[in-house]
Amino acid sequence: MLTRRIIPCLDVKDGKVVKGVRFRDHVEMGDIVDLAQRYRDEGADELVFYDITASPQGRSVDRDWVARVARVIDIPFCVAGGIRSVDDARAVLHAGADKVSVNSPALERPELVDELADAFGVQCVVVGVDSLRDDDGEWRVRQYTGDPTKTRALARGTLSWVEEVQVRGAGEIVLNCMGSDGVRHGYDIEQLRAVRTLCKVPLIASGGAGMVEHFRDVFRDADVDGALAASVFHSGAIAIPRLKTFLREEDIPVRP
Amino acid sequence: MANVVLIDAGGTNIGSVRYALQRLGVDAPLSSNADEIRAATHVILPGVGAAAPGMQRLRETGLVDVVRGLTQPVLGVCLGMQLLFEHSEESDTPCLGLIPASLQLFAKSDALRVPHMGWNSLQIQRASPLLAGIDAGAFAYFVHSYAASVGDYTLASYDYGGAFSAVVQRGNFYGAQFHPERSAAVGARLLENFIKL
Repeated sequence: MLTRRIIPCLDVKDGKVVKGVRFRDHVEMGDIVDLAQRYRDEGADELVFYDITASPQGRSVDRDWVARVARVIDIPFCVAGGIRSVDDARAVLHAGADKVSVNSPALERPELVDELADAFGVQCVVVGVDSLRDDDGEWRVRQYTGDPTKTRALARGTLSWVEEVQVRGAGEIVLNCMGSDGVRHGYDIEQLRAVRTLCKVPLIASGGAGMVEHFRDVFRDADVDGALAASVFHSGAIAIPRLKTFLREEDIPVRP
Repeated sequence: MANVVLIDAGGTNIGSVRYALQRLGVDAPLSSNADEIRAATHVILPGVGAAAPGMQRLRETGLVDVVRGLTQPVLGVCLGMQLLFEHSEESDTPCLGLIPASLQLFAKSDALRVPHMGWNSLQIQRASPLLAGIDAGAFAYFVHSYAASVGDYTLASYDYGGAFSAVVQRGNFYGAQFHPERSAAVGARLLENFIKL
């Protein structure tokens, strides 16, 4: 039986894992390989590294750390942030990442998704979608969310973007529901359900996890394939072994 | 001591497979040299990507008949396993023809997302030294869109809208549809078993 995935997300800046509100007040949490190893040992099913150094400056960065992680880690991992071209993606994949995730660059130039899928196969291509409900009730995508001073709202509806990227070659979609992100009141079940009905590739929920019950709810009620979280894992508020024990008791299939 | 060679088939997981072997204390060179590949005690054909460019790469490097003629243990990983079969529905691609079956695209449905991505459990179909120490129900990491049905070549299967081949063998040719290099202890055990064959 295919299990539901628990995915810690680590923010990486200049080769170190940091926490804090993005782009300010960064606190170093420690060495990237040590933390990756810790989550692996605790039973994480996959890791996402969000390279926050790269994107706002519009440049690719030194990613020696990808190979350092790949040497040690024996679970899959995805690299997000600053991937704007097939060459950027190739460098990260050849260093040992299993998947690349693109967000703002795909909104700038949607053909990027096609190019990545043609070059590496859809299974390598994750599209991250930052989405927020507007006053008129529509969910629309946001761009450049990494930097609050640059974030902008687009006219593009979230649901139509989710449909388009699947046609173009997304092998997985991470839906970051910005309205619930950082609040720890639970994932945005309503929005995730709406996207789920259109999403025929794996769908990963992001934004809002605060308690173990939130994970149960998002798997049970929004039928997502994975749930991503950052702060609850980094702070120790939720330990992955306890989370998985709870989910098993709630009849959600997870890997031991 | 095993002399393991990785065939350079252009897949993006070559580095990961190499690192996984290093964790087992085996430094496997990457090669597209026929003599070097023939001289190995064990050969691994990794691969991530699509069947047609995978076969194209083997043709360009003149390795199609080299691989077909190997007599030592050979392990295909993910796409590398698929290339061992006769044919893939993916771009209607003729493959190496070492295992008499073909690959089909998963039928998409509301309950069945494609690609098949994540940790799925293994059912053992036939005992094999390759599966020593890997118990029924062990989890492995899969990511693929095309699948091989279960046949007499199947050592282990998984369920995804039906039973499909997770680990296969015909003669000295072995294959894993999942990624041993990304399947934690279960994957390490499979690689360790392979290099002891």
